[in-house]
Amino acid sequence: MSDVEIVGLTKDYPVGSFSRKTKRVLDSLSLIIEQGEIFGLIGPNGAGKTTTLKLLMGLVFPTAGRAKILGKPLHDLAMKAQIGYLPEHPYFYDYLTGRELLNYFGQLFGLERAEQLRRADDLLERVGLTAAGDTQLREYSKGMTQRLGVAQALLNRPRIVFLDEPMSGLDPMGRRDMTVLVRELRDEGVTVLFCSHILPDVEALCDRVGILNQGKKVEEGKLSEILDLSVTIEVVLGNVSDGLEQELGAIATRLHRIGESVKLELGGEEVLDRVLGMVQSTGSRLVSVQPVRQTLEEYFVRQVAATGGERP
Amino acid sequence: MTKIVFISLNTFRETVRDKVLYNLVLFALIMIASSYVLGQVSVYQEVKIIKDLGLASIAAFGSVIAIFIGIGLVSKEIDKRTLYSLLPKPISRVHFILGKYGGLCLTLAVNITIMTVGLYALLFAMTRSFEPALLKAIYLLYFEMALLTALALLFSTFTSSILSAVFTGFFYVVGHFSAELKHLDSVVESGFLPQLTQIVYYLVPNLRNFDVKSRVVSGDPVPFTMLGYSTAYGVTYIAILLIIATVVFKRRNLK
Repeated sequence: MSDVEIVGLTKDYPVGSFSRKTKRVLDSLSLIIEQGEIFGLIGPNGAGKTTTLKLLMGLVFPTAGRAKILGKPLHDLAMKAQIGYLPEHPYFYDYLTGRELLNYFGQLFGLERAEQLRRADDLLERVGLTAAGDTQLREYSKGMTQRLGVAQALLNRPRIVFLDEPMSGLDPMGRRDMTVLVRELRDEGVTVLFCSHILPDVEALCDRVGILNQGKKVEEGKLSEILDLSVTIEVVLGNVSDGLEQELGAIATRLHRIGESVKLELGGEEVLDRVLGMVQSTGSRLVSVQPVRQTLEEYFVRQVAATGGERP
Repeated sequence: MTKIVFISLNTFRETVRDKVLYNLVLFALIMIASSYVLGQVSVYQEVKIIKDLGLASIAAFGSVIAIFIGIGLVSKEIDKRTLYSLLPKPISRVHFILGKYGGLCLTLAVNITIMTVGLYALLFAMTRSFEPALLKAIYLLYFEMALLTALALLFSTFTSSILSAVFTGFFYVVGHFSAELKHLDSVVESGFLPQLTQIVYYLVPNLRNFDVKSRVVSGDPVPFTMLGYSTAYGVTYIAILLIIATVVFKRRNLK
């Protein structure tokens, strides 16, 4: 049994209050997420990422298609007791303190009083909010609210965590903490589905990704399968003559002249040896040599451009 | 059931931490106290004036609390997106609606108790006696407010706070004049208006059923059978409103 199973999930919203016209924001999405996976759902604005999570959380209802979590329908309360959810730009009851909010949600999860208090303390410490635990949420910064959002999503020791833009509003330290936390969850065997615009984070954390654009899934798979992992070599040379530039242009996959310097992209090490020999014989200067791998960001931008859409 | 209680208690906590509520209750107590001054200028009518104004203050401020907090019960949670983190917890939308309703009813009960204690303290200072008949009027006032809260809650499941206030206000006003509506067809002879008023009469709750203020102040008896009838009427109406509210809210997309 897969942890999350989505089949043909579709969502239309009416356009305007009195019109019969609808706009399709999610179109026949099918996904399988296995136990213990970290799955990243990425896409430009309006791609349907948040709608997908809202459908899974039962906040909106599908126009067509179905989904199951832990093999149960989305309204199943026993299933909901085993999942955690961090909404995008979370907002909580601002008249409560952080500790009161966690205790309240702990009650809804059916935790015993002593367990509630212990977990609230543990989670406040885990997200770095121990000192602010008794401060009313109306005094929390955006980053603190985001941290508390993560804490409430982990309150019930969930089997699956759904995180919508978890890095949003976090400073670099917060982002690093979040990365560590997601890795800890993976080590604990928790399944994580998260949406993010910050592609290097997705690349660093995810086992698999799905790319959405204009409501449709345009790609899905392991990063190692999606990305071209063959390494290219980037070489920067100085004092390059026009004649040498022509010779280099014939063997390099890409060449840019920047003033007196030339930046080359080479297919492999055997070509590099030839280039270094030419540099020595012509009196040019070697500035730098470094291996380069295709990033998720480059791949993503290319995919979105190919299917027609905004950049993230 | 326990989940409904937890949501109710949190709703109660929300309202008691709202400064507006304290201002309303304080203002109501000042109104009750000021009836003493009016009583002093009304020869031989002091106690009656205090009872009249005291019960009217409880009715007015209780209704204001019921309507203006009730209309925000659901719509505020949607506008502020607090529901997005609450509903994915192991609760149903029915738990949520009943919990919010229970929380505001608890708030109303506490506030009416405070206002009632204020009124009785003033009366005791004047008469050195305790008159339990007023409690019958206050008991029915509480049901009227619970019904208004259910109306406000229903409207807040599908429309904005402002429209909810307008609709609930309309039901409140018409509900106090429903007897006149019923007999309007004897005054207006032709046209669609008599039929319309009949529809409105059967649709809108008859809030006169909960109004025995003038009877208890003037010393007329209020039999327990009447209290029982009004209670059954109120409970039935509230149950219908809450069922409609949960049906509407269960279908609502929280975009």
